[in-house]
Amino acid sequence: MVKVYIPRETTANSLGAELLVNAIANEAQYRNQDIEIVRNGSRGACWLEPLIEVETASGRIGYGPVTTEDIVDLFDADFINGGEHAKLLGDVEALPWFKNQERLTFARCGIIAATSVAEYESLGGFVGLKNALATDSDGIIQEMTDSGLRGRGGAAFPTGIKWRTVADCDADQKYIVCNADEGDSGTFSDRLIMEGDPLSLLEGMTIAGLAVGADKGFIYLRSEYPLTQAILNDAIANALDANFLGDNIQDSGKSFTIEVFMGAGAYICGEETSLLESLEGKRGQIRFKPPLPAIEGLFGKPTVVNNVISLASVPVILEKGSKHYAGYGQGRSLGTMPFQIGGNIKQGGLVEKAFGLTLRQLIEDFGSGTATGNPLRAVQVGGPLGAYFPESLLDTALDYEEFAKAGGMLGHGGVVIFDDSVNMAKQARFSMEFCAVESCGKCTPCRIGSVRGVEVIDRIVSAENSEAREAEHIVLKDLCDTMESASLCAMGGLTPIPVMSAVKHFAADFEQ
Amino acid sequence: MQQLAGSIKYQEWNLDVAKMTVQEFRGRTGGVMLALHKIQETFGYVDDSAMSMLGKVFNLTRAEIHGVTSFYHDFKRSKPGTYTVKVCQAEACQAMGSEKLTTDIKAFLGVDFHETTANGEFTLEPVYCLGNCACSPNIMVDKQTYGRVSIDGFKTLADSLATSATGENV
Repeated sequence: MVKVYIPRETTANSLGAELLVNAIANEAQYRNQDIEIVRNGSRGACWLEPLIEVETASGRIGYGPVTTEDIVDLFDADFINGGEHAKLLGDVEALPWFKNQERLTFARCGIIAATSVAEYESLGGFVGLKNALATDSDGIIQEMTDSGLRGRGGAAFPTGIKWRTVADCDADQKYIVCNADEGDSGTFSDRLIMEGDPLSLLEGMTIAGLAVGADKGFIYLRSEYPLTQAILNDAIANALDANFLGDNIQDSGKSFTIEVFMGAGAYICGEETSLLESLEGKRGQIRFKPPLPAIEGLFGKPTVVNNVISLASVPVILEKGSKHYAGYGQGRSLGTMPFQIGGNIKQGGLVEKAFGLTLRQLIEDFGSGTATGNPLRAVQVGGPLGAYFPESLLDTALDYEEFAKAGGMLGHGGVVIFDDSVNMAKQARFSMEFCAVESCGKCTPCRIGSVRGVEVIDRIVSAENSEAREAEHIVLKDLCDTMESASLCAMGGLTPIPVMSAVKHFAADFEQ
Repeated sequence: MQQLAGSIKYQEWNLDVAKMTVQEFRGRTGGVMLALHKIQETFGYVDDSAMSMLGKVFNLTRAEIHGVTSFYHDFKRSKPGTYTVKVCQAEACQAMGSEKLTTDIKAFLGVDFHETTANGEFTLEPVYCLGNCACSPNIMVDKQTYGRVSIDGFKTLADSLATSATGENV
C-alpha cells in the first residue's frame, strides 16, 4: 500500500486540495491501485500548494502544485512510484527552499499525519513533556530562561521570566492561555503549526502548565480559521486518548486540560488583555496594565498568555535542551523564527531560520522576487502595525534589536511585499483606517486619533500647495506623537509606525 | 474557480429553540460568547429578541448582552443571504490587487459591503486577513477560504454557488 500525502490545511484547501482527495481515491480505485491517503499539514511552501507527496521505495517524492485536472495524467505517469511528470518536484526536502531552512519548531510540520500521536512520537514528540515530568517547576523554567526564547507573538518578552512570574504567584487556580488570534496581515505561522503539528502546541501548553502550576489551558482561536479549529479538536481528542492530556498524565499525578475557544472577528482580541476579556465572555476591550495578566489574568487569576509559536517551541527546547536552541540566532535574538513571506511574492510561504539573515536574503533567496515580476518598492514587516521599508533597507538583519534600530519591528515575523504599483500615501491612510475600524474604543488617542489620522492624510494628499501640505504634515506628526505616547495599548501606540515610515521613506507619494 | 463547499443551511429564527440551544453554556467560561456563536451558526444572525433571553440565561442586563454582541464583527443582527462572501482588505491582499477585486465584486453583485443582493443569495462583508497571505488575494465564502481569486474566477464561483443553492444541477 502506497502512502499518498494530501495536506488538510487552509492554503492547500483554498486551492482545491479537498477535491484532490476524492479525485485521487476514485482514480486509484478505478485503476485497482492500492493507496492510503494520509492527511498531513503543509510544509509551508504555499507557492507549491496543493503539494502532494508519495512514499516510494526511494523516499518521499513531491508533486505540485496539483489540480484535479492533473490527476489522470499523474496516474498515467505512475506518480505513485515517483514517475516523471511536469509537476514532479522530487524529494521536496532537497529543494533549496527547504534545504536552506533551519527547522526546529516546524521540524515535523507537513511531514507527519497532523493529528497522529504515534507519528508525532516517532519524530521526537512528547520527549520534551517526559523530560519536563522528570524535573520540577524550577528545572523547566530554568531551561526556558536559558533557551533565550522571547515571545514570538510580537512583543518579544522573555518567556522564562513570564513563566517565573506566574509560578511565583500563590493562587488556587492558574491558567495557560494560548493566543491564537493571529490577526496581523501577512502572518500565518500560527495557523500552519496548528494545522500541521497541533500536538506540539498542546505539548508546549502542558509543559507550561507543569512549570507554573496550572491545570487548565485555553486556545483563543480566531474565527477566520474554522479548519484549524477542527484539526485542533481532533488533536486534543487524540492526546486525551493517549493520556498526554487529561487526568494523571502518563501516571505522573499531574493533570492538564485544553479547550479551544473561538474569537468572533475582532483584531484587537490579539492584544492579551482584550483577549482575556473576550475569553470571559465580554466585549474585547483592553485592560489597563498593571496588573499584568501574569499576576491578575483570566478571572483575576495568574495567567500565562503566550503566542502559539512561543508555546509550540517549548517541546523542542525541553527535548534537545536550552543550549541546542540558544545555539541558533545572534545577540539577544536567540533560536529560530518562522518568517512568513506574503503579498506580492513569487515563492511565498513559511521560512524558519535562525535570527540574523537579512530581509533581502529572505525575499530574494527564498521568495525569489515579486509575483508580478515588477520591481519591489516597499516591504511591511511585522503586520499592520509594522514599518514600511524601502528597498534601501533590505539589508537589515532579521533580529529584534537590529530591526528596532532601523525604525521597524519584527513582530510576528510576517513580511508583506509590494511592487512599484503601490501608493504609499494610500497605505498610510489604510493604517489609520484599519485602526479606526478595529479600535476597541477604550482610549481616546486610538479611537478618535485614528479617525482624525485618515482625515489629515486626505488633506495632505489633496493639499493645493506645499505650504498647506507642510502644515498638515505637522498636524499628522503631532497626532502620531499623541497616539504613540498616550494610547493604552499597542494598537493605537504602534499605528503611527507604518504611517510615519511611509511619510519618511516615500515622501513623494504624499505630493500628488 | 471551482466551488469547494456547499452553503450552510440556517434555520428560521425561533426564540424557544435559541433559548434551548444556549442552556449548555450556562456557567461555562465565556458562556455568552459561546451562546452567541451557537445562535449565529444556527440562525445566521442574532435576533433582537435574543438580547433579553440571553440576559436572563446569563444573569446579565440586556445592555451588557447588546454590548458583547455589537462589539464583534462576526455577530450579525439581521438575516444574511444564502452565502456570506468576505473579501480580504488587508495589506498582503492589497499588494495583489484586492482593491480592484473588491470594486469588481461589488459591481458584479451590485451591492456594497454589509449589504445583501436583491435575490437574497449573497451578503458581502470586508474581512481583515484570512491567514493565506502567500496566495493573495483571498476571499471566504461561509467557512471556505479561496486563494488567488480573480474576478473571472469569482464570477464562475458565484454562478456555481447560485446554482447549487437553488437545487438545480446538484
